[in-house]
Amino acid sequence: MTEHTVRAFGEKLEALTTSVAQVGGLAEAQLADALEAISRRDTAKAEAVIASDRRIDQLQYQIEDQALKLLALRQPMAVDLRETLAALKMASELERIGDLAKNIAKRAIVLNREQPIRLTQSLARMGRQVLAQLKQVLDAYARRDAASAQAVWKQDGEIDEIYNSLFRELLTYMMEDPRTIGLCTHLLFVAKNIERAGDHCTNVAETVYHMVSGDHLAPDRPKADVTSETSVPYGHQ
Amino acid sequence: MTQSRFRWKTARDWLWPFALGLAAAGVWLWWRGAHEHSAVLGVAFLTAVLAAFAGNRAWQQHLIEAETPAVPDPLPEVAREMFERLPDPVLLLDESRRAVFANAAMRAVVGADYSRKPLSVLLREPSIQQAVETVSPGEIPATIEFATPVPIERHFQAYVSRSALAPLTIVLLHDLTAIKRTEQMRADFVANASHELRTPLAAVSGFIDTLRGHARDDEQAREQFLGIMSVEAQRMRRLIEDLLSLTRIELNEHVPPSAKVDLEPVVRSAAAALAPLAQSENVTLEISVEQDLPSVVGDSDELTQLFQNLIHNAIKYGRSGGHVRVSLAAKDGMVSVAVRDEGEGIPREAIPRLTERFYRVDVKRSREKGGTGLGLAIVKHIVNRHNGRLQIESEAGVGSTFTVILPAFSKAGAAVTEVL
Repeated sequence: MTEHTVRAFGEKLEALTTSVAQVGGLAEAQLADALEAISRRDTAKAEAVIASDRRIDQLQYQIEDQALKLLALRQPMAVDLRETLAALKMASELERIGDLAKNIAKRAIVLNREQPIRLTQSLARMGRQVLAQLKQVLDAYARRDAASAQAVWKQDGEIDEIYNSLFRELLTYMMEDPRTIGLCTHLLFVAKNIERAGDHCTNVAETVYHMVSGDHLAPDRPKADVTSETSVPYGHQ
Repeated sequence: MTQSRFRWKTARDWLWPFALGLAAAGVWLWWRGAHEHSAVLGVAFLTAVLAAFAGNRAWQQHLIEAETPAVPDPLPEVAREMFERLPDPVLLLDESRRAVFANAAMRAVVGADYSRKPLSVLLREPSIQQAVETVSPGEIPATIEFATPVPIERHFQAYVSRSALAPLTIVLLHDLTAIKRTEQMRADFVANASHELRTPLAAVSGFIDTLRGHARDDEQAREQFLGIMSVEAQRMRRLIEDLLSLTRIELNEHVPPSAKVDLEPVVRSAAAALAPLAQSENVTLEISVEQDLPSVVGDSDELTQLFQNLIHNAIKYGRSGGHVRVSLAAKDGMVSVAVRDEGEGIPREAIPRLTERFYRVDVKRSREKGGTGLGLAIVKHIVNRHNGRLQIESEAGVGSTFTVILPAFSKAGAAVTEVL
């Protein structure tokens, strides 16, 4: 961080960054735990995820207060202003990722009550990919690395690809055996939540890029989610 | 930055002379009789004095950045050096939870530019944050486990303790990845072994049902089914035998063998046991032994099993009508036994995984040949116990060579073993 004439300002700004890193760490852990609760059928872990979502919410409020005070009292300029705004935006994006993790955990509890089904490999792969993205973008934030943030932004296409194939896979399952419809619907939402978390990572990447460089990334991000146009004809095996 | 501070300081320094100037001008105007002008200057004078006072007031001092205060080094040179040598990552935090020291292992985790950065920026894991916040000075340290699922799944144990003497918190990470991976392997092994046993068992029980049912009076089908059942039962028996011998070898793996063994008779007896199989597969077995071959240190039963497994594989996966050549040679105090077949070879990417349990290059083919998927795992464990090496070379379309290299028996070595 650059030095500021008024040291208290520098400290407040750094405290803000620290809080954002904390929310990031929490969101990362929540998402990882929620995915593990699904893959290991661990209901206790899922309940822990649901319970600790409040910590993310509290931290988000705290960041909003910190940022508002900073804006009102110190009128930051240039990179300081971008940093303050980035903290606000990132806190809300990361809080959303936490919410999605909570939702995945809730569904994990339902799934764990049912018969264990062979979890599709793609779900775990997708989860890992999103976690990798989240880690990379938070690292980019900590290191103020615009290039790394841009790399995350470009990678989102891969997650969309996995999501597409997963979507088809689950539709086919449901057609083959209507008894799996309940389970598969929950899995479908889990997949959607993971995919959404990936999109939030992309938004965070955009924010980090803007914070560091002052430029915006091109508006047309590589997108490959085509599930809104996908249908599997009945009887298709 | 420095420039603006300089300007700010200069302005403050000039406030007092400026106020004095104003006062002098006011007095002069009063003396000249311009009372209104002098009143205006008087107000300006008071304002300047107040501003100058305010500029000097202590509470504002902390707003003006002084030179960055040098962080007092909390560690004596010796402690620093010793921490540096620890294999586990160590991080020291001050009262405001900023990093003051990271050893080499920790720098590999958090990066070289760690100094004075807050903990949450360096290690985002929330459970560490919480432990650092809650652990109290001199009290029982907190121990937490956490995992980083990406990019490679790793497991850590973090140990957080706060000094009773200085305002310092120590965070020590301990890598549990290897242990967790072993646990996972064990679980996988049980799952794999059960799966391997289930396939032949399903076949046998299926045929039993058929023989009890509609094939009850069918003489021809009964003969055929009994034949298949016998093959499947043998497959199960082989698998269980292999599992048992693997367990036995593993149990003894850390106890080095001490007996003196001549390899030639061992290899010949292993080959003799497989002669009928070689004949039925139309494979010629050739054994060549170098003259004056030294003995090795070993366990002759295990070595027999080792060479049986290797020669068996060579016959099974070799070319029908081809040769299997076993050659024994000595070099630099080691004895090597190479088993060469003329099969189609092993893909390069499969070679590192060959000695994994239940790994098969071609699942279907291995099943046809009645392999258990454990043969080379047993070979690897026996070689390990004998403090030897296993080399696998293969060329597509030409054949594969499995070479076992064992330490030769020497009087000195035997004496040491006895003393120990």
